[in-house]
Parts: sequence; structure tokens; C-alpha cells
Amino acid sequence: MSAINSYVPQLSLRWVHVWRRNFLVWKKLAIPSVLGNLADPMIYMFGLGYGLGSLMPQVNGGSYISFLAGGTLCASTMNAATFESLYSGFSRMHVQRTWEAIMNAPVALDDVVAGELVWSATKALLSGTAILIVIIALGLAHTPYLVAVLPVIFLAGLTFSALALIMTALAPSYDFFMYYFTLFITPMTLLSGVFFPLSQLPAPLQVAAQFLPLSHAVSLIRPLLAGEIPPNAGLHVAVLIGIALIAFAVALRLARRRLLK
Amino acid sequence: MSANSPLVVSDLAKAYDGRPAVDGISFELRRGECFGLLGPNGAGKTTTLRCCLGIAAPDRGEVNLVGIRLPDGGREARARVGVVPQFDNLDPDFTVAENLLVYGRYFGMSSSAIKARIPDLLEFAGLGGKEKAALRSLSGGMKRRLTLARALVNDPDLLLLDEPTTGLDPQARHLIWERLKRLIADGKTILLTTHFMDEAERLCGRLAIMDAGKIISQGSPRELIAQHIEPHVVEIFGDAEDTQPIEWARGEAEKLARRCEMAGETLFCYVDEPTELLERLAVRPGLRVLHRPANLEDVFLKLTGRDLRD
Repeated sequence: MSAINSYVPQLSLRWVHVWRRNFLVWKKLAIPSVLGNLADPMIYMFGLGYGLGSLMPQVNGGSYISFLAGGTLCASTMNAATFESLYSGFSRMHVQRTWEAIMNAPVALDDVVAGELVWSATKALLSGTAILIVIIALGLAHTPYLVAVLPVIFLAGLTFSALALIMTALAPSYDFFMYYFTLFITPMTLLSGVFFPLSQLPAPLQVAAQFLPLSHAVSLIRPLLAGEIPPNAGLHVAVLIGIALIAFAVALRLARRRLLK
Repeated sequence: MSANSPLVVSDLAKAYDGRPAVDGISFELRRGECFGLLGPNGAGKTTTLRCCLGIAAPDRGEVNLVGIRLPDGGREARARVGVVPQFDNLDPDFTVAENLLVYGRYFGMSSSAIKARIPDLLEFAGLGGKEKAALRSLSGGMKRRLTLARALVNDPDLLLLDEPTTGLDPQARHLIWERLKRLIADGKTILLTTHFMDEAERLCGRLAIMDAGKIISQGSPRELIAQHIEPHVVEIFGDAEDTQPIEWARGEAEKLARRCEMAGETLFCYVDEPTELLERLAVRPGLRVLHRPANLEDVFLKLTGRDLRD
């Protein structure tokens, strides 16, 4: 069986060239890009945090806005990685034919998809870092474990990017991505403990939430912001890594079927 | 198979959904030549190129690119190849120079090594001084030349050009041809696909005509013309309003020409010796007649037919 038809990713360090290409584009618009990525979560955090928070007693032993801070950080990490892999990824794969150009050089499709994966996670990390700085500046988190938040953001970025790349490899057009948001991202945001504790949900939904990657990211990041070591941290990390690996393998398989025929 | 050939294709076949796109073709490039792959739309040219780059896996047959067997060695082989694709895929987010810089990095070149090459590449492409120009400010011809410059960034041994002048105006086409001739003179090997016969005749030392996934003839342009077609063509232009003159001409031509073919209102007469036919046609003034030597397009149309392919 030739490499093209192999199920095993043919990875090499050449994904770095793809990552650098995307980074160079981002650098040109870095400040508007980060501000754009900040605006949405800030509106949620201030709007819901102060507005809704003033109606509420303490949540999990703290103010609602500090509860919301961790959830918002996770949700915007997810959104940053998802948007980059869906819309920008599709644009590079299909509309601009950038992947095709790269594959004419000594870079294989597997390197391209790996470069896109790591790039989307990087973008999630960049916007997550900006949000984290705001959270720290507002005094909503100040603990020795803050350093551990960044690798978790990056890992969650990899997971959500890999999932989104499956959609990108399948998409006939941009419109297709609406389904992904409506049927997956939005329900997941509501069921993963971003806006309220999971314990508020009926028991079956609490069980369902355990299968959603976002709830694992929230279970890691919220305690870290509060200065605690997350319970079952190893399990949550393992789930995120596992989903990332499986989703990446599936995305790669679909991308090969689409582009290497 | 000569070990020295930059590209050897033997018995290559590939089908999509059970329909053969390429159906058992073989050809071999000689170092330093320009080899043309000619064929109507859908003949299998682009599929052949994809297999030649190791981007698509053939169902059958073998491709050896710069001495490396494909598709497994694709990454290594492509390091010594430059590609001008059929559809523009320059990076719209970058300037002219950035396009070359980023593309060179895909070959593992250092930024400083690429930057040192950029002025020469742009000069060659007739884009000197355009380093900082945004991509959207370039005309179609300029983009095509930039794509050619990009294909040269790694100083390749072999260039694969997929319809490099499709959609360009005559000025832009001539400029591309002139640059390609320069590359051939510099010793580069080129594989060119085209459906412009004048392009193939000007540039290619040898060529293969493809139709429906098969190579139906192979040789130098002169050989193909000599082999397949009478040396002279007399075209007689008819008139839809009054078909009587052309009918008369057809009657005369069929007596004197080796072969006659009606396409729309025009009668094509293929002859070994045109004098007698021309003298005969001259008795009827008002008939519009063009006498010319046979060219590759005549061979192409004879071999692939006059039916539309789309």
C-alpha cells in the first residue's frame, strides 16, 4: 500500500513551514485580530457577569463573574480554534487553493493538515492569553497555577481544531459550517458548565456533558484560575488528547480522500 | 529506462468512479528538452501531472521523478521540481516578494538564501521593482509570471507547467514563451501541457497527443505533421446564404485533394501539391481561399476529431 493510501499519518517537521505561513499572515493583522477575539468574550463576561451576576448570590463560593471568567476563557478558546480551522482553513484549502500550492512543494498533505492544526491551536492560545490578561487585570484570578492555564488552552485548541478540520474536509461550501455551530458548538457551550455549574442540569444531561470536550476543558481551567489543582486532572487531559488524536486521524483521512484522489 | 531521465512514466493508469482518466500511458523525458502533453479538455493531462508529482496514486503503472519512485518518494522528488499549476494559487494575503519567500521555505530554504534569489527571480519574470506590490494589484499576465518565478525559487531540474498561458492575452503569452525558451536554453527540462498548438509547436522538441486517457501519437512537431497529414492545406470559406459556390468547390476539391473535411461553413482540403487545386479554384472569382502549410493543429484535429469536449 502506498503512502497516499496509508491510514498512518506520514508526518514530518515540514508542518512548521505551513504554520509559519499562517503566522506571517496573522502578524500583518495581529492587533485587530486579537482585539476582535477579545471583544466577544468581554461582552459576555461583563454583560452576564455584572448584569446577571448582581442578581445572584455566590456561585461555587465566589462571585458569578469569576465563575464566568473560566467558562468564557474555555468557550473563546474553542471558538478561536474552531473559526480558524473552519473558515480560514476552508479558504486556504478550497477557495485560495493554498494547500494545493504547498503540496506542489516537498510538503505532503499530512504536513499541511498538521500545520493547520497546530496553527489553529496557536491562534486559540494567542486569543486565550489576551483574555487571561484581562481576567488577571480585573483581579478575577491571581494564583500560582496561572502558568498551567496556557498549556491547557493550547491543548483544548488542538482538540477543537482537530474536530473542526473534520468539518472542513467534508464541507462543500462555507454554509455547511452553520450546521456544526447549531448542532454541536452552541449546545456544547450550554451543556459544558460555561455559564452555570453542571450540577444545575438534570442527571442525564450531566452524564452527557462528560462526553463533551468543552466540559473537560472547563473542569481543568476553572479550578486553575481559582488557585486549586483540578480534581481528576489526568483524566480530563487524557480525554482532550484522545479526542484530538482521533479527530486528527479522521480529518486527515477525509482530507486525503478529498484532495489526493 | 534511462537512469538519467528526469521523468519516466510507464503504463500509467488511473480511473475515477470506474471511468478511466488516464489509461495506460508511457513516455520519458530527456534531460534538457521541452516535452509537450497535448490534448483536448478531459484528455487526462492534469491527472497525468498529478501522478507525476506523487499527489495522486495511480491505479497501475509506475512514475519515476528525478530518479525517485512515486508516489512514496513524492516529498523528496518534488524538492527538485518546479510547478506552474493550471489555476492560480498564489497567496493573496502576501506581497509579491512574500509569495516567493514563503514558497521557498516550503523547500526548506533559509530566509536569507531565498531573499538573495528574489531580485533575480523577479527580474526574470519581468516584475523587477514589484517586491512590495500587493497581489491584487497584478494583472493576469503578471500573476502568471510570478507563478513561474515561484516555480523557479528552488532552482529545479524539472519544470511541470499545466497550461501556463491559458487565459492570457497575446502579449502576455509571448512574454511567457520567451522566458520558457530562455529556461530551455539554460538547460532546464520542461514538461508542458497545453491545448494551444502554436505554443507546442514553438516550444516543444517532442510531444505526445492525448485523447480519452491514451497517448495516440508521439514525436517531434515536424514528425507528427509529416506522419499524419498532407503538407498543404487549402481552406475555402463558404457562405451560409449561398451554399452553391462551396458545393462546387467541394466537388472540385474531392477530385484533387487527398482528404476534404467540412467544418461549419469552411472546407479544409489536405493536399500534397496545391498548385492544381488552387488553379482550379481560381476560375471562380469571389471564392475566398487560404493556402497555408499544414500545422500541428491540423494533426491534432485529425487525431482527436472536431467534436466539442466539455
